[in-house]
Amino acid sequence: MNLRQTLKYIWGNLTLNKTRSLLTMLGIIIGVAAVISIISVGASAQDLLLAQVKAMGTNLIGILPGASDDQGPPSAAFGIEVTTLKYEDALEIRKLPNILAISAYITGRGTVSYFSQTKELNYTGVMPEYPVVEDTSVESGRFIKQEDMDSLARVAILGSKVATDFFDQEDPLEKSIKINQVVFKVVGVMKERGAAGLQNQDEQVFIPLKTAQKIMLGIDHVAYIRTKVDKEENIDPAIVQVKEVLRFRHHIKDVIKDDFTVRSIAQALDILSSITQALKMFLGAVAAISLVVGGIGIMNIMFVTVSERTKEIGLRKAVGAKRKDILFQFLIESAAMTLIGGILGIILGVLISGAIALGVNYFDYDWRFIITPLSVLSAVFMAAGVGLIFGLWPANRASLMEAIEALRRQ
Amino acid sequence: MLIKLENIAKDYVNDGSATSALRDVTMAINEGEFVAIMGASGSGKSTLMHIIGFLDKATSGQYFFDGEEANQLDDNKLAEIRNQKIGFVFQAYNLLARTSVLENVLLPTIYTPHLDRKTSEKNARQILEKLNLSHRVDHQPNQLSGGEQQRAAIVRALINNPRLILADEPTGNLDSKSGQEVMEILQDLNEEGRTIVMVTHEKYVAECARRIITLKDGQIISDQKLASQRLAKDGLVK
Repeated sequence: MNLRQTLKYIWGNLTLNKTRSLLTMLGIIIGVAAVISIISVGASAQDLLLAQVKAMGTNLIGILPGASDDQGPPSAAFGIEVTTLKYEDALEIRKLPNILAISAYITGRGTVSYFSQTKELNYTGVMPEYPVVEDTSVESGRFIKQEDMDSLARVAILGSKVATDFFDQEDPLEKSIKINQVVFKVVGVMKERGAAGLQNQDEQVFIPLKTAQKIMLGIDHVAYIRTKVDKEENIDPAIVQVKEVLRFRHHIKDVIKDDFTVRSIAQALDILSSITQALKMFLGAVAAISLVVGGIGIMNIMFVTVSERTKEIGLRKAVGAKRKDILFQFLIESAAMTLIGGILGIILGVLISGAIALGVNYFDYDWRFIITPLSVLSAVFMAAGVGLIFGLWPANRASLMEAIEALRRQ
Repeated sequence: MLIKLENIAKDYVNDGSATSALRDVTMAINEGEFVAIMGASGSGKSTLMHIIGFLDKATSGQYFFDGEEANQLDDNKLAEIRNQKIGFVFQAYNLLARTSVLENVLLPTIYTPHLDRKTSEKNARQILEKLNLSHRVDHQPNQLSGGEQQRAAIVRALINNPRLILADEPTGNLDSKSGQEVMEILQDLNEEGRTIVMVTHEKYVAECARRIITLKDGQIISDQKLASQRLAKDGLVK
């Protein structure tokens, strides 16, 4: 059977019922657009997250309280608070060779006020080497000193956005602010760092770790510790040494009883990328369900088409069409419909992803617009596959019609 | 002998009860004949024609066409015979809507393997010219008069140069002038040596053939050769 003639004829049929064809295709269009845009947004979000973790520096080692196996997330990720990690652990680790800087962290949420202005903000208790660990520095004033730690000084260093929000043109240095009704003296302002990951680094207040523990929170553990190693090749030996120090300090004799987790950023990146990858695929699969729904729409309309064209099928069989010719004709028709829908869906999906990228970048995130050829290709194949699979039943019914029965039908 | 039927019977089963459409039909048609099958509605004439045209299968009996026995042939082979050896002309023309006359005429050829489109198209234009449809080649069926549509359908039946033309009430939907034209064409084709089997219930149409087989209640009640054929060009008088 001549393919060109068939396509021409099918095109005629599709354009005859423009509204119907378009509505039928809509299911496929939306399905494909959803798959494309969700995978694109997922890829961009993954890229953003990984880039930000990478930006922290690959020479970092993170120490988290609670045990975990090598691949899974630490228990802290499930919201369980483990109190085994202490400030003194950080001091001890700092004494190891090849360690450039260290900081323990504890975060609280509080009402920050300056005269009549108030704001709900995160405050983070950190150690003096925090700027080295995180590759940042103060814009003006100074950062936390060891004396601040020892004397539980109530000094605060503002994130750049907090500084402009509260003080605008005014110089914040030496001003007094309140965090949860405790008076702090502003001694420094951090450089602008931009939005990073899930929290905006510029919208925080930094205070001495010990002050946060004793005065603000009344605890003596830390949330996590980060330490910077001088060279990348020293990371693995450093991890081993850190573990030894902690086991000694926590009186752990058996490795499987570790109450902490030590990870390099490289490991964290691996875990993070596998988690985000899984998430991306899961969302893509959810979107693909709408493609199946679209396919059922195609099947429905193909049944209508077949019964409308019973006479035509009879005529074609009378003049010599074999079963496979009829099957082929209706299969191509449903595949053509899904293919056109698929192409329109790709265009729509790319437009949606582009609009999202524009929108996110507007909020100062470094969001890359990512469309992978693989996602486009798989969407097209999925759409055509849906057309073939769901077209098969109606086409088969058409091909099985008896010429005489079909001709008799009015 | 082109067609031979031996004891052909056809039963339809509806809700368990069988009705007999054809009983014990035995006949033969030679190459070059022009046969009209007559009978009232329900006499089984259409069923007979469908069996002859391989559109339907007999319940019992044997049917030979061009030396081949219908029961021995599979569906694909039957489709091939319909495609290459038989040309159908229907009462309702059965042209594809929104498809040009040329494409309609070429419809059987797309199911004929190893046929190149250029030759078929040239062939189609020649036959269309012969039946005075040259000016309608690119028109669509709904732009044509009934007579023109039936002429286009005859061209479609002729396109693969079949051994047999089967016409089912070819003048049934036409006014008398158009009907006369169609009958003239069929007679001309028969003059050229084509075998034609035509179903009709109008006596004056049947008389244009050379032989009339009359059916009643599924059985042949008469089979007569006409001494003098009515010539369609002299006018069809009811």
